[in-house]
Amino acid sequence: MTTLPDPLLSHPDPTAGHVHDLGMPAADPIAAAVAAGGDKQTALKAKDFKTDQEVRWCPGCGDYVILNAVQSFLPSLGIAREDMVIVSGIGCSSRFPYYMNTYGMHSIHGRAPAIATGLAASRPDLSVWVVTGDGDALSIGGNHLIHTLRRNVNLTILLFNNRIYGLTKGQYSPTSEIGKVTKSTPMGSLDHPFNPISLALGADATFVGRAMDSDRKGLTEVLRQAAEHQGTSLVEIYQNCNIFNDGAFDLLKDPATGAQWSIPLVHGQPLVFGPDGGACVVRDEFGGLRIAETNQVDAAQIVVHDAHREDPSYAFALSRLSHQDLRYTPMGVFRSVQKPVYERMMADQLEDARAEQPADLGALLSGNDNWVVA
Amino acid sequence: MTGTIPAGTPAPGGVNDEVSSAPGGLVKDVVALDRVVIRLAGDSGDGMQLTGNRFTSETASFGNDLSTLPNFPAEIRAPTGTLPGVSSFQLHFADHDIMTPGDAPDVLVVMNPAALKANLVDLPGGGLLIADSDEFTPRNLAKVGYATNPLEDGSLEGWQLVAVPLTSMTTDALSGSGLGKKEAERSKNMFTLGLLSWMYHRPTEGTVRFLERQFRKKPEIAAANIAAFRAGFNYGETTEAFAVSYEIKPAPMAPGRYRNISGNQALSYGLVAAGQRSGLPVFLGAYPITPASDILHELSKHKSFGVRTFQAEDEIAGIGAALGASFGGALGITTTSGPGVALKAETIGLAVMTELPLVIVDVQRGGPSTGLPTKTEQSDLLQAMFGRNGEAPVPVVAPRSPGDCFDAAIEAARIALTYRTPVILLSDGYLANGAEPWAIPDVDSLPDLRVEFTTEPNGSAEDGTEGQFLPYLRDPETLARPWAVPGTAGLQHRIGGLEKADKTGNISYDAANHDFMVRTRQAKIDGIAASLPATEVDDPNGDARVAVIGWGSTYGPIGAACRRIRRSGRSIAQVHLRHLNPLPADLGEILARYDRVVCPEMNLGQMAMLLRAKYLIDVESHTQVRGLPFRAAELAAVLQDVIDAGAAPAGAATTGGHA
Ligand SMILES: Cc1ncc(C[n+]2csc(CCOP(=O)(O)OP(=O)(O)O)c2C)c(N)n1
Ligand code: SF4
Ligand SMILES: [Mg+2]
Repeated sequence: MTTLPDPLLSHPDPTAGHVHDLGMPAADPIAAAVAAGGDKQTALKAKDFKTDQEVRWCPGCGDYVILNAVQSFLPSLGIAREDMVIVSGIGCSSRFPYYMNTYGMHSIHGRAPAIATGLAASRPDLSVWVVTGDGDALSIGGNHLIHTLRRNVNLTILLFNNRIYGLTKGQYSPTSEIGKVTKSTPMGSLDHPFNPISLALGADATFVGRAMDSDRKGLTEVLRQAAEHQGTSLVEIYQNCNIFNDGAFDLLKDPATGAQWSIPLVHGQPLVFGPDGGACVVRDEFGGLRIAETNQVDAAQIVVHDAHREDPSYAFALSRLSHQDLRYTPMGVFRSVQKPVYERMMADQLEDARAEQPADLGALLSGNDNWVVA
Repeated sequence: MTGTIPAGTPAPGGVNDEVSSAPGGLVKDVVALDRVVIRLAGDSGDGMQLTGNRFTSETASFGNDLSTLPNFPAEIRAPTGTLPGVSSFQLHFADHDIMTPGDAPDVLVVMNPAALKANLVDLPGGGLLIADSDEFTPRNLAKVGYATNPLEDGSLEGWQLVAVPLTSMTTDALSGSGLGKKEAERSKNMFTLGLLSWMYHRPTEGTVRFLERQFRKKPEIAAANIAAFRAGFNYGETTEAFAVSYEIKPAPMAPGRYRNISGNQALSYGLVAAGQRSGLPVFLGAYPITPASDILHELSKHKSFGVRTFQAEDEIAGIGAALGASFGGALGITTTSGPGVALKAETIGLAVMTELPLVIVDVQRGGPSTGLPTKTEQSDLLQAMFGRNGEAPVPVVAPRSPGDCFDAAIEAARIALTYRTPVILLSDGYLANGAEPWAIPDVDSLPDLRVEFTTEPNGSAEDGTEGQFLPYLRDPETLARPWAVPGTAGLQHRIGGLEKADKTGNISYDAANHDFMVRTRQAKIDGIAASLPATEVDDPNGDARVAVIGWGSTYGPIGAACRRIRRSGRSIAQVHLRHLNPLPADLGEILARYDRVVCPEMNLGQMAMLLRAKYLIDVESHTQVRGLPFRAAELAAVLQDVIDAGAAPAGAATTGGHA
């Protein structure tokens, strides 16, 4: 057994080795530890992100496809494995960190955004990701999700939406369609579902996208943009649970119907979709959007997708086009705008405070009103 | 019945020793006292807490020992002039060292009829009662059910009543200030403070400086308050209503530099100091709740020390963010009160499982549920000990006085950092808002809390592959696991709430491993006892047969009660616990030495239950849950009965209270 150093007797020499620039004073033990860890490897392959842990999702689960897509695309980001942290909640999807050779925390149900917020806020040098499910993010953790989004903490949130509670064996979830028959709703569910994209935009999220587990190319493109975004990015990933909600996204996956019902979002391109581009998106008379037949409208009426619009109401209107049964589902990046990032502003306040008055513990403890007893 | 206090009226412990001549040609007596308890009471909007705090600061800088008890309603502004709206501030100060804010006031100042009605029961007969006669209007009297004016109907004959038109004298003094009548009236608390400052020979410069600072942006308000303060002082000097002033000499204290400090402030400073002494950034995740919010406010001011404060969307997010920061290498802290601890329970369990340092501050208030938000209680002890699912042991540390909150916070951080564990710091409303003189510590004398982050692989895999990082390989001495922060190359690892395999930390459902890990986590916490100093037993005579044991804020009242008992010629031993989990290793043996052991608590006997269970000793529980600290005299009477009843425990193990 290796004997660990006594934490009270020894302490890291902050000057040892080369100090990685974390924007923190050199005497910072965290910076010293990071520096002592040695050189950062960023030329990586997909297999470098795999762990020795046996993946335990059901065979055929959409989670595998997403894991592979993430591991394949990560090397292109040039982030060292040790600089990436994945925080998850509880659910099938939340097992994700165990399979990624990065730092990770499989936390408790619904709280991953809160935990990740504390980590990202105190360690702006890290790339912090959240993996969550539709139940985890939108039921028990709904409060944390919306507050994280409005704060614009630099996090990439992957919401695996299988429209069901997988881990607890198949109860309906907050994204299940009305009337869903499950173990807990033998006569059909009564609750109106959340549209996660609309919810995120209602919280003024700065980056919101949607992708399909099986669409490697589309998923990778949304993930890439989400990872590059400064601030909170929310990516809803439609994920098939082949055990409890199999085929939930077949309408969009099936080549026969997919083109008809999905609306690809490409920034700067007109919103034309369907077989032979027969359908399009135009403005309606109330300032929202509606579907039209391309040959029934002027080309100038067709909305050109603009993901960078400051006002979220356009992206919100896009998100409202889809129905509970997934007809007219926009896929891609709904919104991507720049706003100040939470941890940067927090770090700036710390710097400003230091500039105004350097830290002096003795002076703090003494205060303004004190007296001496001889 | 407005009276004049005749020169030379005997006051408790007083001797008429000096005569001074005031500028108006009035000759006034100065009476020396050894101690005084003053209570200021008024409407929530009257500024009684501010007045009390200023008088406390003056008293502290004069060098008296002191102890305070603020008492205010949960409502910010209950309807003006009503009983629920009464707010009070009690201050005990002395020329010797004291331990409590005093059982009952010697002097009561009331700003309106409601304050009189709510507080008169506590003023012993003959006590000095100062009332703002302007506020005793028919309307205000009717609001609290006085049919006639008690200042005039003779009902207050049993006390030394001085009715003074405080409000109108304030507005008169400010007639040239340009302020409207309503605005000017607001300064009546400063007029009152001026009068009291004269009566008790308090220094005044501090208050003038304070008002200048406080109203820097509103110089006319600063000037008005200072003018009212001076007018009150001068009124005392020239009026015939007060013929005596009192002098309370400074208390002998150990040499050093002192300041006045409240519990929440000391606790905040302790956390800042822990950050400085560990070199780690401090991260506070908190959701506002009385009486803990002031710690969030205070820490928010200290960003220059690398302290990040995060006002979360709820208590769960507050502790979650703190734990996330701890994972990143920060000293994670969350501050709350009992209802917040209930919400944090699941995350505390996650911290137990992930074995990361975390300090959870619970400033206890009256419960259950929303309970008595502004009143004190010690009823979260069992919640702190056991309020989680599974076997989830958490160290618990409790400060015993406002100033001690500083050291207790550092101790909580030491345990959290050394043993990589969440620690609960159990303060309470009385400590939080109460204040006392505090010997300012020398920064270099504070404990060294530096930690070593792991930066290299520490073992080999089961198949023999070397150069592996085993996140659950423990330090043989402390059983703490290594702390490797994200960003450290080669030490990537995953932690979480699922049971861990020993050493590797991989998910494990193995029965034997679970049994081992549950016992190991418990052993780690139990092992903290080895780092604790020997328990102090205060038994000056050395022949006590009865011991009194307490924890937390009961230290002052129990100590004061013990002094009374010893003055009566009896012996008693006092043991006061700082570490509630684990309990000190020598405690069982110490308690076994006494014929009887009494444990006073502001709950229904939670610590008594733990002691009885652990040591099989017949600990006698004395309890009270009135939202206020124990009164020393009452406690002394209880203890004296136990001593006088002799060695054999008399019947029921529970005394007092309505358990
Ligand atoms: C506090 C708490 N409540 C309930 C559970 C049980 N639980 C675990 S996962 C889950 C729902 C998961 O659904 P989702 O987030 O959609 O994840 P999926 O399994 O579908 O990927 C529930 C209710 C729990 N672990 N903790
Ligand atoms: S239950 Fe569904 S979501 Fe969970 S692992 Fe199995 S297929 Fe995947
Ligand atoms: Mg799900």
